[in-house]
Amino acid sequence: MAIFINENTKVIVQGMTGSEGTKHTRRMLASGTKIVGGVTPGKGGQSVEIDGTTLPVYNTVAEAISATGANASVVFVPPKFAKAAVIDAIDAAIPLVVVITEGIPVHDTAAFFAYSQTKGTTRIVGPNCPGLISPGKSNIGIIPADITGPGRIGLVSKSGTLTYQMMYELRDFGFSTAVGIGGDPIIGTTHIDCLRAFQDDPDTDAIVMIGEIGGDAEERAAAFIGEYVTKPVVGYVAGFTAPEGKTMGHAGAIVSGSSGTAQAKKDALEAVGVKVGKTPSETAALMRAILNG
Amino acid sequence: MDLFEYQARDLFESHGVPVLGGAVAFTPDEAEKAAASMGGRVVVKAQVKVGGRGKAGGVKLAESAADAREKAQAILGMDIKGHIVHKVMIAQAAPIESEYYLAILLDRANRNFLVMASVAGGMEIEEVAHTSPEKLARVGIDANAGISPELALDIVRKGQFPADVEGQVADVLLKLWAAFVAEDATLMEINPLVKTSDGKVVALDGKVTLDDSAAFRHPGHEALVDHAATNPLEALAKEKDLNYVKLDGQVGIIGNGAGLVMSTLDVVAYAGEKYKVKPANFLDIGGGASAEVMANGLSIILGDPDVRSVFVNVFGGITACDAVANGIVQALSILGDKATKPIVVRLDGNNVIEGRRILNEANHPLIQQLDTMDGAAARAAELAAK
Repeated sequence: MAIFINENTKVIVQGMTGSEGTKHTRRMLASGTKIVGGVTPGKGGQSVEIDGTTLPVYNTVAEAISATGANASVVFVPPKFAKAAVIDAIDAAIPLVVVITEGIPVHDTAAFFAYSQTKGTTRIVGPNCPGLISPGKSNIGIIPADITGPGRIGLVSKSGTLTYQMMYELRDFGFSTAVGIGGDPIIGTTHIDCLRAFQDDPDTDAIVMIGEIGGDAEERAAAFIGEYVTKPVVGYVAGFTAPEGKTMGHAGAIVSGSSGTAQAKKDALEAVGVKVGKTPSETAALMRAILNG
Repeated sequence: MDLFEYQARDLFESHGVPVLGGAVAFTPDEAEKAAASMGGRVVVKAQVKVGGRGKAGGVKLAESAADAREKAQAILGMDIKGHIVHKVMIAQAAPIESEYYLAILLDRANRNFLVMASVAGGMEIEEVAHTSPEKLARVGIDANAGISPELALDIVRKGQFPADVEGQVADVLLKLWAAFVAEDATLMEINPLVKTSDGKVVALDGKVTLDDSAAFRHPGHEALVDHAATNPLEALAKEKDLNYVKLDGQVGIIGNGAGLVMSTLDVVAYAGEKYKVKPANFLDIGGGASAEVMANGLSIILGDPDVRSVFVNVFGGITACDAVANGIVQALSILGDKATKPIVVRLDGNNVIEGRRILNEANHPLIQQLDTMDGAAARAAELAAK
């Protein structure tokens, strides 16, 4: 098992005909993901040939699902059109939408997230995220598939490159699933959603949680760990040296007044017994010590 | 982007939120003219994006146009918590009977919007929340449903507004919501919202934050950017489409991915404690990291007179390390003699062996390679101390 995706996940790519969409469709195919088609409004009926695989293009997600049986979608649509793409996916009641696009206006994200809650049939991962990978089974998004293989660690992170770094540091153990939840102020799947899924996943033994400055998602995740998670969790928080009031790359990474600081997040995690590393390498060493007993 | 008070006032006015007369002035002359055209008493208010300006002497009542000139003279140039006052707002003065609070903001935790409304205004809302929470209405707003007239009235009643202003405050809330949506704001706060002695409800002071990601559908927002306050290196970086924040240390930082770069700053700060050095900047070159992007990044960092060493920290994910290494080598050849500071490079991930080989072969006198992030941070800090 793994969380959210597995070897049976059939994926369509929204925005497959764009340059980013094509590039990453190729990478996902190469890593064994079952890509079954693409969606680009107005280009339905065409097809795209990628490394010997012919992928049909549909006008809507609903058409793509009825033709292919897809049960997940990944969005590479530019910010301007992302809301319409995600709404299309929600309307088709697809179980999972992974939104890679960076720079979506937060009012748009709020609108499609609220819509998904009303419908109750679609999980959104992202936006502004690298996606998720269950090594050897499925890889939806832009996480490099060759960093490491299957294993029994679950990873949840706001940051793409820190996800890759942590997978690399612990490559000899491997991962059940690694989820990049994204660095925007509003995201569809939270640390808590992933922690709950990892706790319930029989194939995950331990969890790495990576957070960063901004908001209070890590503090709420810490409270959740205290009441629900019995598997070992190690944590890392980036942004101790970030100045107040400055956005550090990710739209959501901002310390406002005394809220959203890295220290507050670290304290909250440690208060529920999570070991928090000072650097990514130290965090990996903490996990290593746990897994080696 | 946070707006100045006068910009918030103008934005409110354009969406029908009731405000008093107000104009921005950059000089005592302009202040006098603005006050004269308004007539009567005015308030001269320092325009800075920081709280506590009243206590610092940045808000003064003026009895006449000549007085407004004098007060502006005194306020312009003031240093309020590190913010120099470059402009003042001349605001029509009004006899105030009551002060209220009204705000709409993005609620990250609940992933929707939040209205806060209270009969107790004029002070920090955190204080109201703490001392008299029963007077503060906090109501979540569904992004798609928005605020109906019925809901607006309900919120106003929850905020314990007196019956004689309920209708007016509910109307202000509806207009503020329309403005909030139309402008892609993440915060619109009116504090205080006042009732004047003639019974009118008006916004006396406002804070607005606009979503930078929505700039593509608001061509007018560009004019609201405070270019004067932008650090020159940050301005240069923005021109080159680089994600750069100037900090006050000595170790220049380049990395790929926001999280990894934030982490790099922290690791350098820890390593730097021993040498009394800190990170000089945040610079995320993103996934691309072509030679040109690397050259642009290096050139901005090497152009920072505070920088004494540079740490390039790249984890090759989508980007291959050999491309990054080629980028560094080409960047140094583009920069030539302008590159004078030691550069510590840590490459890992996709195609790392080839990347390291390219840098070794280039044998550039400024480049040092280390295998780990922690080790490289320590070396960069050590080099910056010298």
